[in-house]
Amino acid sequence: MPRWGMAIDLDRCNGCQGCEVACRSENNIAVAGPEAAKQNRTIFWIKVHTEIEGEWPSVRARFVPQLCMHCDRPPCTAVCPVEATSLDRDGIVNQIYSRCIGCRYCANACPYTVKYFNWKRPSYPESVVPSLNPDVSVRPVGVIEKCTFCHHRLQKARDVARAEDRPLREGDYTPACAEACPTRAIVFGDLDDPAQRVAQLSRGPRAFRLGEELGTEPKVYYLAKQD
Amino acid sequence: MTDLEIVSRLPQDERCLLMPLVRTTKTFWLWAGLMAAITLWSAFAYVYQLRNGLGVTGLNTPEYWGIYIICFVFFIGISHAGTLISAILRVAHAEWRRSITRSAEFITVLVIGFGAVQPILDLGRPDRVLNVFLHSQPFSPLLWDVLSIGLYFTASSVYLYVPMIPDLALIRDLGLRPRLLYRFLAIGYHDTPEARHTLERIIAVLAVAVIPIAVSVHTVIGWIFSLTLRPMWHSTIFGPYFVMGAIFSGIAALIIAMAILRRVYRLEAYFKDIHFNNMGLLLLVMTVLWSYFTLAENLTVWYGGEEAELATLYSKLSGEFALPFWLMVALCSVVPFALMARRGTRGVTGTVVASVGVVIGMWLERFNIVVPTSYHPRFQLPEVHYLPSWVELSIMAGTFSGFILVYMVATKFFPIISIWEIKEGREKSIAEVSERVAAYLPDDLAAVKP
Repeated sequence: MPRWGMAIDLDRCNGCQGCEVACRSENNIAVAGPEAAKQNRTIFWIKVHTEIEGEWPSVRARFVPQLCMHCDRPPCTAVCPVEATSLDRDGIVNQIYSRCIGCRYCANACPYTVKYFNWKRPSYPESVVPSLNPDVSVRPVGVIEKCTFCHHRLQKARDVARAEDRPLREGDYTPACAEACPTRAIVFGDLDDPAQRVAQLSRGPRAFRLGEELGTEPKVYYLAKQD
Repeated sequence: MTDLEIVSRLPQDERCLLMPLVRTTKTFWLWAGLMAAITLWSAFAYVYQLRNGLGVTGLNTPEYWGIYIICFVFFIGISHAGTLISAILRVAHAEWRRSITRSAEFITVLVIGFGAVQPILDLGRPDRVLNVFLHSQPFSPLLWDVLSIGLYFTASSVYLYVPMIPDLALIRDLGLRPRLLYRFLAIGYHDTPEARHTLERIIAVLAVAVIPIAVSVHTVIGWIFSLTLRPMWHSTIFGPYFVMGAIFSGIAALIIAMAILRRVYRLEAYFKDIHFNNMGLLLLVMTVLWSYFTLAENLTVWYGGEEAELATLYSKLSGEFALPFWLMVALCSVVPFALMARRGTRGVTGTVVASVGVVIGMWLERFNIVVPTSYHPRFQLPEVHYLPSWVELSIMAGTFSGFILVYMVATKFFPIISIWEIKEGREKSIAEVSERVAAYLPDDLAAVKP
């Protein structure tokens, strides 16, 4: 079984937020509006955080895209009373929107704050409605949602590979954020396949993970800044 | 003969303790009406929330939990008033318990539902609440919580009901209305010495059984927080801390209830100064324990000095949550200690003032547990503060008024002081206690077998 994971090169990320836009349109993420933004109620499956280091004139900005870490030991799945979130065979932490009771326990248990709650009924600007992605279900009010590593793309890639009677190859399955990244900062693939780039990067000297000391074993690696 | 005439002719104990069942004052109706109005208003607020989603609360990302979860912990804590205190006093053969156990047990049974409903009010999808049974995930502390609260409610209802049977049989025999209710609830009990003996054995078993169940309930509630990796939640002290805090707020709630009952139903002869003095001493013990636990909790975090933990701690000690934190310390520690440590202020007024402080302080403690940690996640610090909306505040007010209302109604159908236990105290206790004390005294040397 592949173990899907990601490596994000912080040297290459220039903070363009292309991944956020690609993710939003791929996954039908509701547009909450400025009012909700003021209340901290927006939903971003991937979000580019900006950290400003130092003081003028020696200032430097650091961009850290944050998304669900798809932990191998996820704290969020253990606490769910209805098993609406769990670690599946592919190593992806999934969400069952139609079963979630909306208690937000998983969101509290997640140390990375990457699980989002639908405080309101989802809404979209009229211009977006015709281009909603039919492969991804729209989440109702009152449930938790988060990054799924574009799991629907894995299903499609598998179908194609099966039809062509061949195993999955590197590049068959790529989430929207990795695909859209103009600087190729986001690398995706099977962490257990030493031939794949993501596996090599994740084993490299620059690789680290957020909150490593918590023992959650995230599958999103960051490559530390060098320059 | 009307019910009032029947009761008026009875001897003192029966007359005083059954009078609330047959005579209802205008003040009662006034208060009941007010409580009902607030409760109805909160029902409206909940319907509004149902229609519009949890967006009508003040919650946000990452402050996912607020007033509802605070009230959940708080009200289940209050429910420890009854069963636990009454059971401990029974098991310890504390003779002064006789007039207070019933009112305490009623608090437990009636408040537990109001506490248990809070997490459901907090659900994004209350329509799917049955998924908890259909798709149970046994590793979730929330599931343990559903089970332990269910068990606690069942056990404390039985523990309230069984010791009430002789009184229900008395009311049935007097023929008070509604007759059908009392005939049904008395389940054909006749107060013979054998029946009494069996009853007391059952009560003894129940009293022992409910103690671990009560302890489990608030332990599990503490674990809901402490089993996550969140700063200042992830702490081994939470289980015992929550149990202790629950008993603390429970004692305070019971003192307030006793003072009100004493006043409105003229029960000065039954809730005597000595009862308030003894309850005040219990409150003092819990005050000291609470201060010790709170010191232990915060000192450990401060000395450990982990970055995320310290951010949460300092927000309470000197940051944005300093006011609720230090107000809590004053109300849970300074005020009750100052009042309860002196004999002179352990009267009715002193204990009530201290208890009101403790109840407010313990609500603040739940606030200080839930909100500051939510506000300090390890990653992605929030920019806005949680402020409860009118919907949340209305529902909280409705929870208080709803509980007060059902408690008021309960005192109109059931004697709030156990009549048979008072009479048993008059008839048997003095001899029993003398015998017990005599048994503690040293034996004659000649009678001791080597």
